[in-house]
Amino acid sequence: MSSLVPKTALPGRSRSMHDEMAAGLGYFSIALGLAELAMPQAIRRAAGIETPDALVRGYGVREIATGVAILTTHDATPWIWARVAGDALDIATVAMAPPGRHGAEGKKTLALGALLAVTAIDLFCASCLNSEKGGRKTARADYRDRSGFPQGQRAARGAARDFETPRDIRGPEALRPQATEGARHPAAPSGEWVVSNSGVR
Amino acid sequence: MKALVWHGTADIRCDSVPDPRIEEDRDAIIKVTSCAICGSDLHLFDHFMPGMKNGDVMGHETMGEVVEVGPGAKHKLKVGERVVIPFTIICGECEQCRRGNFSVCERTNRNKALGDAAFGHTTAGLFGYTHLTGGYQGGQAEYLRVPFADATHIKVPDGIPDDKLLFLSDIFPTGWQGAVQCDIQPTDTVAVWGCGPVGQMAIRSAVLLGAKQVVAIDRLPERLSMAEGAGAVTINFEEESTVERLNELTGGKGPEKCIDAVGLEAHATATIDSMYDRAKQAMMLETDRPHVLREMIYVCRPAGTLSVPGVYGGLLDKIPFGALMNKGLTLRTGQTHVNRWTDDLLRRVLEGQIDPSFVITHRVPLEKGPEMYKTFRDKQDGCIKVMLLPNGASA
Repeated sequence: MSSLVPKTALPGRSRSMHDEMAAGLGYFSIALGLAELAMPQAIRRAAGIETPDALVRGYGVREIATGVAILTTHDATPWIWARVAGDALDIATVAMAPPGRHGAEGKKTLALGALLAVTAIDLFCASCLNSEKGGRKTARADYRDRSGFPQGQRAARGAARDFETPRDIRGPEALRPQATEGARHPAAPSGEWVVSNSGVR
Repeated sequence: MKALVWHGTADIRCDSVPDPRIEEDRDAIIKVTSCAICGSDLHLFDHFMPGMKNGDVMGHETMGEVVEVGPGAKHKLKVGERVVIPFTIICGECEQCRRGNFSVCERTNRNKALGDAAFGHTTAGLFGYTHLTGGYQGGQAEYLRVPFADATHIKVPDGIPDDKLLFLSDIFPTGWQGAVQCDIQPTDTVAVWGCGPVGQMAIRSAVLLGAKQVVAIDRLPERLSMAEGAGAVTINFEEESTVERLNELTGGKGPEKCIDAVGLEAHATATIDSMYDRAKQAMMLETDRPHVLREMIYVCRPAGTLSVPGVYGGLLDKIPFGALMNKGLTLRTGQTHVNRWTDDLLRRVLEGQIDPSFVITHRVPLEKGPEMYKTFRDKQDGCIKVMLLPNGASA
């Protein structure tokens, strides 16, 4: 059967180059998060902005959490999209923050450029992971010709009634008729109830 | 030899690994002619099942030809014989094996302490599964070492294609046991949640066992179409309410028999309980997503039976046990006692009552196996069952 989904798996592996790329972004996320957590002032200075240290540290925690999720989950796609959302937040923060001192405008422009580049990479990775999954459009919808019954459906109905349910699996005799339409327990107000080895009659 | 090897979450590779050799008296080695990817392999692939180690060989649906036999198995197996290997490793001698409860064999889990710790008491060793069940190397490979081989095999005749016999290893007896556990009566409506390979086999087993009506529940059109092929009434739970439709099909009383062929990774969409499960699972506060179990308990007719061939691994939350108790439901579970059923099922295949090969949608060489894991998990290309062909064999 030819595939409707682009085959992107690396040779002999279940992972694709986009999975590897996602893992790389996961490590990057953790490294950046650790830097933001440990050195918020240096990060602020490099970006040429004035923001509270607590905010930078908060973003660091977000980066670490996203990175760990990317590296541990069986499907990184939603977490890469979470990175894209985080990128948007970072861009908005840098764009709106007041500039710092000593050539801060130039640093701020550089920081925005770097953030846009990372966003582009994240977007590319997330889109590729999405397209690898293919979505429901790749479903082949019709297996109605596969009954699995070589002699046909009609012949198959009840063909295994010769099978005797093992005693350890059969419902207790006293309870079996409860689920059997038309059967009546002797304690019921009326009706006959007969149990034999082959079931209720 | 080549084998499909687990390296971590969603990372399976076709690697070269050392050939297996006879290690114990009762071992045999088989040359694998065909094997398959099972739905429960996906639980390992996605790492929902604990106890996997980097380097584990995957696979527990395998058949092939005996190429070497240990001295303790020679009275039952000969080189050249064609065998299907059940996924449960059995000693054939312990108290549970003597009773036919092969999936809880007391002697074949070589990591018994882990099994005891996880489940209270050990269960049988399984091929290509977690180290909780022995950590035995699996059969998605060119060769397989079969421990306790004098008991752990199903002899099959020549002249029948592998396609028709391979699934005696797992999904066919698993679906069958799922239906048998329902003790089906001619008046019964049997509802089957999940139309993956085990669900498809359970549907056909329920038809063969003479259910009045079989209802198949899933969300994937291709799987529902395959269920329709067997004569099942289908419910797409993304398009209609499962509970309402089941009640409508049973005069408001609910199905007498319910089969959970989904297990721990239920994909219910936009229900409160499924969102709750996903959130708890993400926070590692719950291991499994039991939406199907909850729904079965709710909709099953009072005094009915729930059968659970779907695999669960650990801790489940918010099970409506009050409904289960007050409605007097019978709950039957368990890994499959494969050898208990296979003589009978082989006869039914040979007589033409059923041809299990209907379920195969993809046949690929072993080397393509890793990427088929993803195809199967993501339900791409209408994938329902992948058959793998090592050794350049043609099935």
